[in-house]
Amino acid sequence: MKRFAVALFSTLAFATAAHAAEYGKVLLEQSRIGFGYQQMGVSMDGSFKQFDGQLRFDPAAPEAASAVVEVELASIDTGSDEGDEEVAAKTWFNTAAFPKARFESTGVKALGGNSYEVAGKLTIKGTTRDVVVPATFTEQGGTGVFDGTLTIKRGDFSVGEGAWKAFDIVANDVSINFRIAAAAQ
Amino acid sequence: MAPNMNTHYTATAKALHWGIAVLIFGMLGLGFYMTGLSLSPTKLQIYSWHKWAGVTIFLLVLFRLAWRIGHRPPELPQHMGAIERFAAHAGHHLLYVLMLAIPLSGWLMSSAKGIQTVWFGVLPLPDLLDKDKALGDLLQTMHLSLNLILIAVLLGHIGAALKHHFFDKDDVLTRMLPRSRP
Repeated sequence: MKRFAVALFSTLAFATAAHAAEYGKVLLEQSRIGFGYQQMGVSMDGSFKQFDGQLRFDPAAPEAASAVVEVELASIDTGSDEGDEEVAAKTWFNTAAFPKARFESTGVKALGGNSYEVAGKLTIKGTTRDVVVPATFTEQGGTGVFDGTLTIKRGDFSVGEGAWKAFDIVANDVSINFRIAAAAQ
Repeated sequence: MAPNMNTHYTATAKALHWGIAVLIFGMLGLGFYMTGLSLSPTKLQIYSWHKWAGVTIFLLVLFRLAWRIGHRPPELPQHMGAIERFAAHAGHHLLYVLMLAIPLSGWLMSSAKGIQTVWFGVLPLPDLLDKDKALGDLLQTMHLSLNLILIAVLLGHIGAALKHHFFDKDDVLTRMLPRSRP
């Protein structure tokens, strides 16, 4: 009877722990998607105010995890109204035709510790590319927090055409940094 | 104070005077031109050049002030009255203040607008202000106002130099000319 009680308790405890450790609901107010780039040697940064995501992540079974993140490109904050208007135009994001950027994971690899690699497809302005996003995961009181930075080339997605196509003023490399917080389900 | 026997400016003082003068006129033209441009790579490039030149002028003016303290300029002509002397000194002091305050206001404006100034794209200047749109707009107004004052003082400066040359027929203008010799 005593052994049974211990076994039952362990099973319950494990089940509770496993259940508590699956993160799903994205907490938008604690999440952030920003970007950085170089402009004539000057480090510039900005962010997107509107985005949404669905994710499923269990630290005990990371390979089963999945994530979809969609970013409302018109919600960009480049630091100036002039800049915000410019990047909505056809030569940049063409938000009228392509309002959202989308990332959809295809596989998650645990690298040990709290580091992971999230492979997936990134679609911006109608172009889809395979990317691998390095991310860390930390648990803070029932909230799971994913942090990471991915560097892409804007030229790969035709972001910045015409006069902006050269990379001497606005660099090709754009780093996307994110913090996605999710509640345990 | 020992009597000042200098009748001309040093070659260094002249080079600084005319070099900075050329830069200032270029920068005034560039500044008014670039703010009217719509966003383009050219505009971003010109803004960067403007900032680089502004930092350069600021450093040149600091050097010029140090030189000015170490090398007494020639005295004002004897015929000048008390009010004229006061106006001359006040004008020159104001020019120095503006030559330092204008690049400073531009640098602070850039910081407040969230854009670090990187001299020649290589040497980053510290951002003394955090990004703050309202403060950035205020500093922009200040930068413009200081430049409008500069234009007024420069007109007075040039007008006074021409008056000395053509009406008073003294050596105030000629002693600053590159070819003049002590």
